[in-house]
Parts: sequence; structure tokens; C-alpha cells
Amino acid sequence: MTDTIIAPPKTSTGKSLRTEEMILNMGPQHPSTHGVLRLELVVDGEIVVEVVPHIGYLHRCFEKHCEHMTNYQQVIPYVDRLDYVCAMNNEFAYVVAAERLLKIQVPERVEYIRVIMAELQRIASHLIAVGTYGIDIGAFTPFLYCFRDREKILDLFEMTCGARLLYNYMWIGGLSHDIPTDFVPRAKEFCSYFKAQIRDFNNLLTFNEIFVKRTAHAGILPPEVAVNYACSGPMLRGSGVSWDLRRDDPYSIYNRFEWDVPVGKGERGPVGSCWDRHIVRMREMEQSVRIIEQALAQIPEGDVQSAIPKRIRPNPGEVYARTETPRGELGFYIVSDGTATPYRIKARSPGFVNLSVINEIARGGMIADLVAIIGSIDIVLGEVDR
Amino acid sequence: MEQYLTSLFGDPLWVQILMGVPPLVFILVYTLIVLYLEMKVAAHMQDRVAYMRTGWHGTLQPFADMLKLLQKEDTIPAAADKLLFIIAPYVTFSGTYAAFAALPFGSSFVGSNINIGIFYIVAISSLVVVGLLMAGWASNNKWSLFGALRSAAQIVSYEIPSAFAILGVVMVAGTMSLQELSAAQTGGITHWMILGGTLPLTKKLIAIPLMIVLFLVYYVSSMAEVNRTPFDIPEAESELVQGYNTEYSGMKFAIFYLAEYANLFLVSAIATVLFFGGWASPFASLMTGPWWSAFWFVTKGMLFVFLNIWLRWTLPRLRVDQLMYMSWKVLTPFAFACVLGLGLLLVW
Amino acid sequence: MNPVVEYFGDIYRGIKTATIGMRITFKHLFTRAVTIQYPTVKMKLPERARNRLYVNMDDCIGCDQCAMACPVDCIDIETIKSTPEDNLGTTSTGQKKRLHVPLFDIDIAKCCYCGLCVYPCPTECIKMTDVYEFSEFDRHNLIYSFSTMTPAEIETATTKAKKMEEEVAAKKVTAAAATKAAAEAKAAAQATQPPQPTEQQQKPE
Repeated sequence: MTDTIIAPPKTSTGKSLRTEEMILNMGPQHPSTHGVLRLELVVDGEIVVEVVPHIGYLHRCFEKHCEHMTNYQQVIPYVDRLDYVCAMNNEFAYVVAAERLLKIQVPERVEYIRVIMAELQRIASHLIAVGTYGIDIGAFTPFLYCFRDREKILDLFEMTCGARLLYNYMWIGGLSHDIPTDFVPRAKEFCSYFKAQIRDFNNLLTFNEIFVKRTAHAGILPPEVAVNYACSGPMLRGSGVSWDLRRDDPYSIYNRFEWDVPVGKGERGPVGSCWDRHIVRMREMEQSVRIIEQALAQIPEGDVQSAIPKRIRPNPGEVYARTETPRGELGFYIVSDGTATPYRIKARSPGFVNLSVINEIARGGMIADLVAIIGSIDIVLGEVDR
Repeated sequence: MEQYLTSLFGDPLWVQILMGVPPLVFILVYTLIVLYLEMKVAAHMQDRVAYMRTGWHGTLQPFADMLKLLQKEDTIPAAADKLLFIIAPYVTFSGTYAAFAALPFGSSFVGSNINIGIFYIVAISSLVVVGLLMAGWASNNKWSLFGALRSAAQIVSYEIPSAFAILGVVMVAGTMSLQELSAAQTGGITHWMILGGTLPLTKKLIAIPLMIVLFLVYYVSSMAEVNRTPFDIPEAESELVQGYNTEYSGMKFAIFYLAEYANLFLVSAIATVLFFGGWASPFASLMTGPWWSAFWFVTKGMLFVFLNIWLRWTLPRLRVDQLMYMSWKVLTPFAFACVLGLGLLLVW
Repeated sequence: MNPVVEYFGDIYRGIKTATIGMRITFKHLFTRAVTIQYPTVKMKLPERARNRLYVNMDDCIGCDQCAMACPVDCIDIETIKSTPEDNLGTTSTGQKKRLHVPLFDIDIAKCCYCGLCVYPCPTECIKMTDVYEFSEFDRHNLIYSFSTMTPAEIETATTKAKKMEEEVAAKKVTAAAATKAAAEAKAAAQATQPPQPTEQQQKPE
């Protein structure tokens, strides 16, 4: 009687397991995968051998919608919903691309307000990123503090355009509303209030020895690997590569402000660790506050709706424009065929590209490290799946 | 109490059974209070208010929680190991409950005044590990298994530094019985073990830093024994959903919950008895007596419970290997060095 | 770095950062809570708040601009032409209404609250209010019908419009017939005149 040899199980990529390995499924519903992301892990005890991400659970056919059912103006609510956590930055990228296609020059006031809104949104998005990162690591309190501060930013947005999360505020050629009269004083008040909160937060979480020990040696992303995988945003800057689209490929009026680009220097461990990415995000928030204060001091008067075209019908052509969102480089490639509906819009989302590096950096670490790594990539499934 | 009940009933069997009831009542009442306290303290630390709708400021919420747990459907996964699954929570709870027998609730309220009190407590509370392992294995769930294995490793490794800390105190006091340990610390705050106990002044000055280190070692390892953050890897919510608890619902989950909080009080109580005087009043002769001593004991125990809650909501979680590192390479050497120091001190 | 120094440094830093963190959370124990007890206490929304849609049908002229502007096609409008004798009134902005609007449905479940329908309206009759508590148990209750025409009114309006169309069509037909008759008459008149060139052509035979 021969023993039947049971074939070893295979992963979805076709890799077959050794006897001591186990396939573990961090399914779409999991408290720490930041959305509906399925991770198929091959683990050897606690050590992760391979990570295969499965995405697509939040695919909403954004690009198809834009081809058929919308004109250029109506695309903006859809663009909001790509990365719902930083909607202003998405709109910014899209209107920069569309204005380049239509060759519109917007008034100065519009530019300043757009920069202020984009930077406020950057702070709000980073607050979510670091708050939820704290929860992943086990500290529940910083999350609440982050959301308390985020409420103040959302109050500012609600005062201006009426919505808290998905704004439809930046239009092609201008804005939907002008800022109300008490926006500038309240934004200034927020900036001065927020600096103390960042300090508090750093003391509570960032420099806490347990947090440092959990993150400073996990998920090391070498700079060459980051560049080869086309990572962008804090993933890239955390590895020591100083590349920020606002400074290196300037759009709008960012070249008028003075601010630094924080870069991971390996203060608590090797360069490119999760802690480096975290501290880059914390420092970016401080720099955003600097930009907002400078912009608030310099806003000129003007009409925010003077350059909005009555009918948006661009000439046939194509454009690719990219901006720096809190997660990295968001680019829109718009192809126009001369009608009021775009022929094709492709969104190059930073989350999708940043997530592709997870196998490289999670291999060899433990499962607890994997949770730390996913949190530090800061993905939002809305833009990964579109 | 034993005499009172014996005079009431006469039959020793009934007396023994009824004497097991007060600790149970205490555990239940205490759990309701500490549930409320934990949520409220956590909320106020996070700039919010929890529980405002059931009762005045939510005071009836723990009742509501317990009622909810009791009336939930008790599911057993189809492929689970039924016997182990069902008895696991009770094994865990009985380990903790049995240890309550030796706790000195007051100068005349102690369930069993055995002369190896602390040794007995350390031994019987290891039953908790067996219960957790049973729970994790019987759930037939990879994630639960992970949680159970981690928890077993954690509890077993942290018993060593805590035993060393206990050893230090026992050496200074000369007795293992908890009632006598508390009695040895009467006479005011200067007689508490953390401030050197009843040693002469010169020895006290050297003993105080050693005792403080021993207390810290004991407190940290007790947090690990109870599976509380920063050592709550077995129930790491963000990774393993609920660890060994994942498949439990209803009454069994309630028993696990009860066991966890009872264990928390147990280790806090031991910390007070060992280092902070047990039921001895901090003033030399004020507020002494059987009922005052019970008051001091419970108050000091709750203070340490509060400290535990405070730490839970402040610190992030340690990873498993860092947990092991901390136990073996940090806590044990320090505890050992302190015990050595205390031993030399006593011999001199 | 010297491992011994690192070891003690780690322990020292661990204790120090833990106590700093504990001080922060302890301080927060005594700060005021930032939450309010909804639903007994509700926040006041700013004046530009974009929540549930409302249409003031008295001002609606049936121009369909809002339906065309909606990115998710949640507005459904049907119009019936009015006859010249009908007086539908004027809007509050002074425009004369020329169309009956028997169907003006907004599926508020589909609405994405972008506000794009508000801007093109010439009479500013569609607005976003600050109502945000409008959940229903049945999904079909979320289709809001704003039209104020009763079925009887719709019936009369449709028949009137049809009659007017038929009259206009009939007029067109008679007009076309008239021009055709005129053209035929002209052709007939031309036919009765003696065709000179052809007789001469037949002569040489």
C-alpha cells in the first residue's frame, strides 16, 4: 500500500510551501489593514516569508465613469472620492491638469486659497495616518487627540464650502466659493494652536521608547529600491531621498514660500525604517503650518470665479500633470478629443505604487512588523483601487 | 467569619461552601466597578466622555454590559474541540478565584491564613495559562492559536522576575504568609516594605532603592501576567482581532472577562501587600481596626488598578520578542541583583 | 556603541519616555471633553452647509439645467409645454413660467451632495439645506417627488398640450397642402399653355 503524497499547498502566485510554512490570510476585513485589502502571507512561525497583496475590493470604475457619463466639471466629485481622506489634494491635481490642457491662468487669490486648502488637507490626512498608526502599534490615546485636531480643520472646510470630507471646491478655473470673512483669523488661530499639539503628540507617541523599538528596525526600505519601485511621498523621503514635487516640479505658487522638505536621516535606526517615515509625516505637518501661515499673510484680493469658463470644451490633446498629495505623487493623464466629455482620464495613484513594495520590505520580519509596515505605507484603498 | 458561620450552621461542609461566596461576590461587584472606572478614565484621558445615557453618567452601563453578555447566543464553532472549548474559561477563572482565598482583606478577614500564602498564590494562578492554551487550541482558528501560544510564553517567562521580587520581600519579612506580611507592616508608613520595612535606619537607606526597583520589577511583570497593555500581545486587537478570545461569545466570554479583571485585582492586591502595607494604615494608630483595614486594603488595591489602567491607555504594545527580551534580559537580572543585595544587607 | 551603555541607555529612555507620556495623559484627565452629547445637543451647522436638497417648485421653470449638471443623474425631470392661454405665473425672479413640470424626482440616496445642481439654476429654486437627519426604513422613501401637480392636472395639461400639438400639426399639414395645391395649380396653369417648341419639332416629320 503506497502512501499517497499530498501535494503541498500553493499560494495564489504558485509558490509551493515547505512543511514548516503556513498560509495565513489577513482577509479583507481586518482591523489593521486600513481598508479592504487582502494580504496573503506565507509565514514560518512568526517570520513572514512572502506577502501577496490582493486588491480590487473597492474598485468603483472611476476611469470608466469619466469616459462616458461626465463632463470635465462633473469629474470633480468623482476625483474627490479617489482618496477620500485628502480630497482637496486630489482636486488640486485634477484642476492643475485640466487648466494646463485648457491653458487657463487663474487669478492670484485662487492660487493662494488653493495652496492653503491643500496644506490644511495635508495636515488632516497626516493626522489620520499617524493616529491610526498609533492604534496599530497599540497606543489608543493619540488617535483621539489627532481626531480632535482634525475636527478643527474640518470645521474650517465646512465653513468655506459646506462639506466636511468631499468638497467639490476647486473648480476648473477657480473655486466654487470665496472664503468667508472669518476664515483667515480662524485659520491663524488653528496654526498657533496646532504647534503645541504636535509637540504633545511627539512626546506621547513618536519618541516613546516602545514605539521606537517597534518601528525603528522594521520595514527598512533602501533608497535605491524605493526609487526603482517608483515610491513617492513620505515613503521615498523616509528613505533619505529628498524629492518633493512642490519644490522639484513646481506647480501653482509653491515656489513663493519658504519651507523645508523633511527627510529621514536614520536618527533611531537604519535609514528608511517605519519610524523614519513616521517622523517625516510629523515634520511635514510642521512645514505645512509654516506654508499656511505665510500664505495667510499674503492673500491678495480678487474674484475667485472670474476665470471659470462657461463651457469646457478643450481642443484635442493630452496632458499629464502631477502634484504632491500626502501619500505621494498623484498624477492625472487626460486625453481630450474635442468634446465636453474627456476621452480618457488615467489616475496614477500613489497608494497603488507604494503598496507594490510591500513584499520587499516585509520579508524576513515578523507579523507584528507587517502591521507596522502597512501602517507606515499609509494606503487608502479608495485610490489604490479607484 | 468561619466561627460566625459555624455557629450559624454547625455543619462544616456548608460552612466551607458558604465561605467561598464572599470572594465571588467581591469579584463580581469589583468587576462592575472597574469596568466603569476603566472606560471613564480612558475616556477622560482622551478628551471625551464615555457612557452618559444609562443611569447618571452611565453608572448602570456595566450592568447593561453584563446582561448583554449573558443573554447572547453561546456559539461553538463546528470544528472546535467541544470539551476543551467549554471548560477553558472556567479553568482560567478558577485559577484566579482560588488565589483569592489567601488574600488578606483586613486584619480579620482572610479566607485561609496558610503560612505559605504567597507561594500558594503564585502556584495556583499558573492555572490561567492552562486555560488560555485550552481556549486557543480548542477554537480551531489559526489566529486564536497564535494568541494562546504567545500568551503562554509570556506568562511563564514573567513569573520568574515576579517570583524574584516576591523572594526579596519574603526575605526581609521572614514570612510567606500574606496576613503576617501585612501585620509586619503596621505602625505607619515608615514600616511599609517599600520604605525598608522594620529594618534599622542605616540598613533601611540601602534597602529603599533596592525595594523600589523590586517593586517596579514586580509591577511590570504583573502587568504581563495579566495580559494588559503594554503586554497585551495575546489579545492584540489590531493584529489578532481578539487573540484566544476570538471565537468566544456570551457567557463564556463573560467568564474570560471576569477572570481577566479578577486577575488584575489579584496582582494589584499582592503588590500592595508586599510593598505598600496591605491592610496596614499609613498613619501609625489612626484608622486601624478590622473595617478600616479592609478599607485600606481595597483602596490601595484600587489605586494600583488605576495605575494599570493609566498605563494601558498611554503606552503602545511591545512585540513578542521584545517582551521576551524584557523579561529575561532586563527584569530578571535586575531582580536577581536586588535580591542579592538584600540578602547581603540582611546578613550584615 | 558600547552594548552595556546601550543596554542601560535603553532602560533609562524607556522609563523616561513612559513617564513623559503618562504625564500627558494624566493632564488630559482634567481637561474638558471636546465631545457633545448628540442627539440631545446638536451642533449648529455653518450657513453654507450642503445637506439635503430642497426644490421650491413655485420658482421652477423646468429648464432641466440641474438634471444635466448632476454627475450621478439623480434628478429626473419631465416637462409639458403649456398653451399660450395658460397662465402658470411668474417666478420670484420675474421670469414667466412656460412649462408644466409633472415629474421632478430627486433620488436623494444617489445624490453625492456635490452641489453642482445649485449653481446653474436660473431662479435659484434648488438649494442644499442643513437637514442631515433624514434616514428612512424603506429605500423607496428616499425618492423625493417635488412636483405639485395632481394627476388630474397632469391629465388636463397633457391633453391640452397634445391638442395644441395636433392643431399645430394640422396647421402645418394644411399649410403644406396649401403650398402643394398652389404649386400644382401653377404647374397646371403652365401645362394648359400651348407648348410651342414641340409642335415645330413634330413638323419636319
